[in-house]
Amino acid sequence: MTKKIAILACAAALTLLASGPLRAENAEVIILTIKDHQFQPDRIEVEAGKGFTLLVKNEDDTPEEFESHDLRREKVIKGHSEAKVKIKALEPGEYKFVGEFNEDTAKGVIVVK
Amino acid sequence: MIAALIIVFREVLEAALIIGIVLAATKGLPRAKQWVAIGIIGGIAGAVIVAQFAGVISDALSGYGLEIFNASVLLLAVVMLAWHNVWMSSHGKQMAADMRSVGEDVRSGGRPLYALAIVVGLAVMREGSEIVLFLYGLATSDGGLKDAVSGGMIGMAVGVVVGAALYFGLLRIPTRYLFRVTAWLIALLAAGMAAQAMAFLAAADVINLGPELWDSSFLLNENSVVGKVFHTLVGYVDRPTFMQAIAYAATLLLIITATHLVARQQNPAGRK
Repeated sequence: MTKKIAILACAAALTLLASGPLRAENAEVIILTIKDHQFQPDRIEVEAGKGFTLLVKNEDDTPEEFESHDLRREKVIKGHSEAKVKIKALEPGEYKFVGEFNEDTAKGVIVVK
Repeated sequence: MIAALIIVFREVLEAALIIGIVLAATKGLPRAKQWVAIGIIGGIAGAVIVAQFAGVISDALSGYGLEIFNASVLLLAVVMLAWHNVWMSSHGKQMAADMRSVGEDVRSGGRPLYALAIVVGLAVMREGSEIVLFLYGLATSDGGLKDAVSGGMIGMAVGVVVGAALYFGLLRIPTRYLFRVTAWLIALLAAGMAAQAMAFLAAADVINLGPELWDSSFLLNENSVVGKVFHTLVGYVDRPTFMQAIAYAATLLLIITATHLVARQQNPAGRK
């Protein structure tokens, strides 16, 4: 019996989480370019509480992995291609990201104000 | 070269640890090593294919193909690990008493050694595809070929050494307890993978991770080597979210409950 209730509660929690808070309608798209193993821009400022989408364009010949431990994202982007990374509304603060394959040069930060 | 070494090592490490656990968990079972070898070879082939089609996968499912792919691969591995544990628990008694009779079952019934071979294959494929992409990029850049080869080989070797250390460490456990330990390791491995899958599902905008529960990165950074080892083995996350914790706990609970139920059926009370 308690198990059933627990399952129902879990299901309810899941639905709630899956639907999430009111989805942002036209989330802002920010273009982030990788060139010569560097991010341009390497500093992005966004407003707190607003979701956005990073459109990461890799203009190098080599693949890169966009990785951010702070944002919980990792995504491989092949050379001369692009990929989107959707980020939900963030708390104010600094969120670092790197290109994992060229960590010495490919790094940047998202500043949420 | 150092950069290449570190990246390859980091990627190999996870797969190597998983292989170490799987080898220990199947100790004494007939043809276990062959199954693991098949898993590794299949995984490498899969890694090359995934790397080749990374662009296609990435563009699929309105740009979330890679995320969904990664989540699916992880969840499939979770199911295989759970299945293995449940099956092993139904042979717990036999196992301690007489490995050969279990071996008989494995041989005759096509028992789920391939479940673990799939786990190995998926792990190698997931980690390997990144290595392939990275090394390809490095090898094709100016003067990078030497770095790619030397860094790649050393990084791989170091990763394998760590996996082997885990394997031989586990083998020191007396057989009587070994399978109890590996059953726990496999359950924790599965729970960690389930939590990791949640992060990919969130990245694909399928679920919401919910609030962050704590930040223990000052104690053990997940990106450090030790942090990475714990991340693989027990699913350590330095900043876990609500959904990740739920997935972790639910997986662990399900596997433990299922194995107990099956074990009880196989060994009715009184015959303890």
